[in-house]
Amino acid sequence: MKAFEFASPVTLDQALAELPNDVAKRDSVKLFAGGQDLLTEMKEHLVEPTKLVNLKRVPGLDRIELAPDGTLVIGCLATLGALAEHAETKNFFTCVAEAARSVGSAQIRSQGTVGGNLNQRPRCWYYRNEHAPCLKKGGTECFAYSGLNKYNAILGGGPSYIVHPSDLATALVALDAQVTLRSAKGERTMALEKFYSLPSEGDVTRETVLEPAEILTHVRVPAKSGWQSTYLKFKERGSYDFALAAVAVAVKSDGAPRTIRDARLVLGGVAPKPWNVPKAAAALVGVALGSAEGAASSKRAGELAVVGAEPLAHNAYKVPLVQGLIVKAIEALAAR
Amino acid sequence: MGVLHLKINGDDLEVAAPGHWTLLEVLRYRLGLTGSKQGCDKGDCGACTVLLDGKPVLACLTLAATVQGRHVTTIEGLLPAHVAAGGKGADPVQDAFDRCGALQCGFCQSGMMLSARALLNRNPQPSDAEIKDALSGNLCRCTGYTQILQAVELAICEAAGRTPTPRSWERASCADSGAASASDSGERSA
Repeated sequence: MKAFEFASPVTLDQALAELPNDVAKRDSVKLFAGGQDLLTEMKEHLVEPTKLVNLKRVPGLDRIELAPDGTLVIGCLATLGALAEHAETKNFFTCVAEAARSVGSAQIRSQGTVGGNLNQRPRCWYYRNEHAPCLKKGGTECFAYSGLNKYNAILGGGPSYIVHPSDLATALVALDAQVTLRSAKGERTMALEKFYSLPSEGDVTRETVLEPAEILTHVRVPAKSGWQSTYLKFKERGSYDFALAAVAVAVKSDGAPRTIRDARLVLGGVAPKPWNVPKAAAALVGVALGSAEGAASSKRAGELAVVGAEPLAHNAYKVPLVQGLIVKAIEALAAR
Repeated sequence: MGVLHLKINGDDLEVAAPGHWTLLEVLRYRLGLTGSKQGCDKGDCGACTVLLDGKPVLACLTLAATVQGRHVTTIEGLLPAHVAAGGKGADPVQDAFDRCGALQCGFCQSGMMLSARALLNRNPQPSDAEIKDALSGNLCRCTGYTQILQAVELAICEAAGRTPTPRSWERASCADSGAASASDSGERSA
């Protein structure tokens, strides 16, 4: 790892003052939170910043709290371990706690942060190989497209075929989370879903719309009274890993038998951003959880969820995998 | 180069080191605490696991500058901490790893034992699934993990004053080995 200057501001304004406005210089100064992704990128020479701006001494950014109106407010420096164990998150925003718990190992969750997880870079092995000048690193070709693409995108790909690696993002999009982005000019709030961009939509070397001089300070998850949710992740090995595919499902139900009145369905590990499939979620509405009709609607949701899928040479398995995960996730909610 | 103020295994230390060094580099190449292993050096293997305020972290993905004022426990600190708390000899986790032969090359062992120690401090009676989960960030390429899990189970049982339940094959092999050793000695004396 190359030497760098380490700045430790104690206020958000001081931290913002360290960040360059110039897009061309965005990788020369990097924000430092848990370091679990950034330091691996630096050790592999994918980025070589001359300065790190440590956020750990800015007070209050690690808080997780329930606002009086029931909104869950998560500071960007809250660790994944703290979020996974947070009682109200587990009770009322279950898929978020489950997704946080599913990230990495105990060691990674002790230090990895919510802000870092949402802003982590792709795991595509061409991107992670310093000798492969791929599209994501400013090259001219996505080597995964015609190369070894077992782990790459089946939906939303092109010209880059990365999948977004964040478990947390998938779960948070399912619960309509918003993110607060702070810069020296002020603050803006947007749906987390809009925070992510497809490779075809903007700068192909980025996964988000975060500006160089902005900090993602908070995530807000609105109260969802009467909702239940779950996050289901399928990994290639039993130990810790990134998702081959994952689903976050949230349903609002009432009555007996419990009838679904509203639903969200978001896929992870299959697209360059959390893949929200509202038409598939709509197929779940109006049917009773756990009924024969409910099982049919889960299958129907699975069919609608992968509309437009264009598997590459080695990843067609993700289509039935994610459909199976949808069925299992809804079964899990019915059993609660 | 800057001066870091670190609390390592209960000692307050001042260490001069480059500002971009990881905790692992400072432990190994400034303090000579080479029990924390440098395996993959990028967060995959867990061989560098140390405890930071009691929680397992990867020393290779921790900047030394960020742990100032916090308590770091390395493998070298387990035995002294156990003795200071009134115990005798090695930490029970170390002792159980020793007795169960829970190592071959030993490269993963420090990290394994610290992950196990962090688990038992938090949850003295974990289930088998919880043990596996807590150790899943530590890779071992020799043992196949069986003896490692047995060692943690032994440490748990001894702390609770219980005898570990023998596995089905252990029950069978105990009986067999008794018979076999008798006939062996018989053959030898013949």
